[in-house]
Amino acid sequence: MTDDDTPRVQGSFYPRRRDDWHPPALAPQYRSSTLRAPRRALISIPQSWGEITGPVFGQNMLGELDNDLLRNFARPGESPIGERIIVHGRVLDQNARPVPGVLVEIWQANAGGRYRHRKDGYTAPLDPNFAGLGRTITDAEGRYEFRTIRPGPYPWPNGPNDWRPSHIHFSLFGSGFAQRLVTQMYFEGDPLIERCPIVNTIPDPAAVDMLVARLDMNASLPMDALAWRFDIVLRGRRSTWFENRPEGN
Amino acid sequence: MANEPDYLDETPSQTAGPYIHIGTVPNFLGIEGVYAEDLGARMIDDQTRGERITITGRVLDGVGAPLRDAIVEIWQPDAAGLFPSPEERRGTADPHFAGWGRSACDLDTGLFRFETIRPGRVPLPDGRLQAPHVNFWIAARGVNVALHTRMYFPDEEAANAEDPILARLMAEGRGDTLVAKKAEGGFHFEIRLQGHGETVFFDL
Ligand SMILES: [Fe+2]
Repeated sequence: MTDDDTPRVQGSFYPRRRDDWHPPALAPQYRSSTLRAPRRALISIPQSWGEITGPVFGQNMLGELDNDLLRNFARPGESPIGERIIVHGRVLDQNARPVPGVLVEIWQANAGGRYRHRKDGYTAPLDPNFAGLGRTITDAEGRYEFRTIRPGPYPWPNGPNDWRPSHIHFSLFGSGFAQRLVTQMYFEGDPLIERCPIVNTIPDPAAVDMLVARLDMNASLPMDALAWRFDIVLRGRRSTWFENRPEGN
Repeated sequence: MANEPDYLDETPSQTAGPYIHIGTVPNFLGIEGVYAEDLGARMIDDQTRGERITITGRVLDGVGAPLRDAIVEIWQPDAAGLFPSPEERRGTADPHFAGWGRSACDLDTGLFRFETIRPGRVPLPDGRLQAPHVNFWIAARGVNVALHTRMYFPDEEAANAEDPILARLMAEGRGDTLVAKKAEGGFHFEIRLQGHGETVFFDL
C-alpha cells in the first residue's frame, strides 16, 4: 500500500463519549481518583489548529529492538522469565480507517508482577533481563506488533485485597493532539478482570470488552510464542476541517 | 458515535497508573540502554526562531500535594503561529521547532520543565485570533481520562483580553487558572486538579 492510499485525514474530531463510555473522572472505588479528579465540569471549546494537528513520528526515530521486549534489555544470549507472547493489532479511527504513523508506547510488569520502578516495592523480584517497555509506529495499514512476556497480576493498595489483572499499559499518539489516548490491555479469560476496580471505572461492559485482547492462534509462532490480538480505535475525524469553515480560508 | 452504525466506538481510556515514566521517559527514570533518548525531550535547537522561554510547573492534587508520577505533554505553534504538522494548512512551520514536548514530573519535587519558545497567535475556526498559549496534556495515576488544558502568558494583556475562550472564562471567574506566573527565565504554571482555584480542563 502506498502513502497515497492512506492519506492523513484532516478535519476536526468527533466528540468523545464521556458520559457513558469513558470512565468518569471521579470513581471512588478507585481511591487514587478521589483527590485527583477535577470536580468542575470540563469546558467544551471549538477545535482549532492546535487540537487537530500533531507531530509526525517517523520510523527513523525507532531502534531495531524497540518493539521486542524479549531482547531490548536482556543480556546477550539471555531472555526474560515468563510466557513468551506476541501482542499485535491494528489502530483504526472511528470511520474504520487504518491510522498510520501512530506512536504506540507500552509498559508493563514482569512475569512476577513487578515493575522496574523505584517506587514499586512488591515482593516479587525484578527480572535482570526485562525492562518492561517498548514502542513502535503503526504501518500504512495501521498495524503494530510487540514481542514480550505475559505480565503477572499484582496486588496494589486500594481495597483490602485488590489485584490487578495481567495488563499492558498503552499510550497512543495519532495524528492530532486531541486524539491522544492512554489505556490498558487485558487478556481474554482472566478472572481478575471483572474484579478490578480500575477496569470497573468503565461503566459499559461493551467498552471493557474493547480492552480485552483475544488469543490469536493464527498469529502464534509454533514452539515459540502465543499471540494476542488487540485492535484499538482512536477518535475519528470529520471530512471537513472544522465544524464551521474558517473565515478567510 | 454509538448511534451511527457506520462509526466505531473509541477505545475507552484507562488511567496511566503510577509507572507511566517507564514507558514514556525511561532514561529520565534511570532505565538506560533501551532507547537512545526519551521522546519529546528537545523542542528547540540553535536555529529555532523566537524568544526562548522556560516553562516550569507542578500538578497539584486536591490537598495541594504535587503529583510526582504524572507525565505532562505540550503542543504549541512556532513563533509565527504555525504548527509543525502535516495537518497545518496555513503555511510551513519553522523546521527547527518540534512543537511537541514531554516532561516527567520529577519523582521528588513534582516539577515539570520545558525549554521552548513563545508561541505565536492562532485563529479559531471563525477567524477570531486567540492569544498566545501552550496546549497541555496530563496523564497520571488517579486520572481516568488524561486531561487537556492550556497555558496563557501574563505579559500578553492585550491579546489575552481579546481571546474568545479566555475572555469567556474570565467572565466566569475561572480564567486566571490558565494564566502562568512570570518566573526566572520564563514562566511557572501550577495546575490544580481539584479544590480552590481548580484549573479549567477542556473537552476538545
Ligand atoms: Fe499496571
